[in-house]
Amino acid sequence: MTLAKDYQSVMGRSNEIQKAALGLDYADFETSPIAFDYDALMKATNYTLEEIERIQGLHGVGNTPLLELRNITALARKYAKPGFGARIFVKDEACNASGSFKDRRAACAVAHAKKLGYKGVMAATSGNYGAAVASQAAMQGLKCIIVQECYDSKGVGQPEIVEKARKCEALGAEVVQLTVGPELFYSFLSILEDTGYFNASLYSPFGIAGVETLGYEIAMQCREKLGKDPDMVVCTTAGGGMVTGTARGLIKAGCKADIVAASIDLTGLSMASDVDFNKKSCTTGHTGFGVPYATDPDHSDVPRSAARPLRYMDRYVTTTQGEVMYMTEMLANLEGIERGPAGNTALAAAFSLAQELPEDAILVVSETEYTGAGKHIQPQLAFAKENGIDVRFGNPDEDKPGTNVILPSSPELIKCKEADINRFKKSLVKKAVKKSGVKPTEADLVFLAEEIKENVDYVKAALEAEGLL
Amino acid sequence: MAKKGDWVRIHSVVLKAEERTAKLPDDTKKCDLEQWTKGYLQDETAKVGDVVTVKTAVGRLEKGTLIEETPYYTHSYGVFVPEIIEIDRQLREIMKFGGEE
Repeated sequence: MTLAKDYQSVMGRSNEIQKAALGLDYADFETSPIAFDYDALMKATNYTLEEIERIQGLHGVGNTPLLELRNITALARKYAKPGFGARIFVKDEACNASGSFKDRRAACAVAHAKKLGYKGVMAATSGNYGAAVASQAAMQGLKCIIVQECYDSKGVGQPEIVEKARKCEALGAEVVQLTVGPELFYSFLSILEDTGYFNASLYSPFGIAGVETLGYEIAMQCREKLGKDPDMVVCTTAGGGMVTGTARGLIKAGCKADIVAASIDLTGLSMASDVDFNKKSCTTGHTGFGVPYATDPDHSDVPRSAARPLRYMDRYVTTTQGEVMYMTEMLANLEGIERGPAGNTALAAAFSLAQELPEDAILVVSETEYTGAGKHIQPQLAFAKENGIDVRFGNPDEDKPGTNVILPSSPELIKCKEADINRFKKSLVKKAVKKSGVKPTEADLVFLAEEIKENVDYVKAALEAEGLL
Repeated sequence: MAKKGDWVRIHSVVLKAEERTAKLPDDTKKCDLEQWTKGYLQDETAKVGDVVTVKTAVGRLEKGTLIEETPYYTHSYGVFVPEIIEIDRQLREIMKFGGEE
């Protein structure tokens, strides 16, 4: 019998399609309408850190260099109080096979798909993850389809996303491109159902477990090179996988560094807006993904996301597009490392955060990403100008996403802003309870406290304030 | 005119604007959800604008309107952006690369 392939029918079969495409029944982990067993989900991968290191090592992933940014550190110290200005290091994740840390997520997901006997893998992503899955699929001998949101209704593609499509095709994948809108998920599910491929979701436990090696390597490399642990690790955050996996790896290494999440502030630009789509000058690592995924992790392409950043982050800071563009040029010009802009969100934050820490402190930026045509500050800024965005020097405080890109008129003006993490924590608790439609039990309160790295009293107070307890 | 086996790009409308029921901003609601992919042309011959079937890189058969024969990428490093060399000049000056003038 041929299945109906219209929107309602396919979306109605979402759960069964996903179950078949992940080899994992998420219902096994649900413990109440609110809570689920996160540890059990992560353990369901059955991969130890050593096993993941082995898989990644076989496929050109991991063990990337930890580079000290001496000139950028020296520049930051010019603007810090005497005795302040931490040593800034960066994990050069662009050295992974396809050019970003996403290879860590893809290596495990693809290896798992192969072990389970799937013929191909699929991923819905406009980011570096597409190239990562395509690269790993090529290495491990599987077919690959990448579905990306790429164009506005005039057919104008975001240069950074167009480049990612090119790279996926170069690595042998089929790329399906769509205009703006969340119904991309319908196309994705429909093809997933037709092909019977594995859903190499960014948010599966296999993917997140793959990032743990990054945190673990950071701790080990700091110990080997510097004889001490990092004091602070800054991670660019969008879907939350980088923060979650890196923090878990650091914890596995027994490292107590502060975890700071950083996003570009794109407040005011709607992620599902056709008009706003090409007004963004960076397509990832921004608050448009960072905040909704932190406060409601379970709206991705899997029933329960393994990326749960509020369980791990100590602070959430924001930067501006102009600051990130400026830092990208700084990295090239002062350190001789030309890398893509999106991965430098955390670096822009780090330049400012380093000034809060003493000179002997160690600050690690968790990633760089590859650069290329479209995925570089020159085409990004040229594209911004073509779209009527005012690109100029000034004070980043004047930044208005979608209207201007303010390049700092002096490096002294690069200052990340503290986002209200308590508001995000309260928002997560509120959303989780509202979504469930039930009154939380004692066990639910403990779960929610773990979800936001707080105690039960904090959760109770947050719910009482909303009349939800 | 493309012939069977040529590499082409096709376009289709997945959902017409009025069929879109997801929670969307007003501007997006007015737009069709469109889709593109590429593959080997399965029809004997076809010209731009014809509805055709292609066999994609993974071997899927997909139907759509032929919009491009021998498709290629044109994204680039963009036009000159004077602000970028100004950043370089400023940073080099602050850091005094090469020593004092």
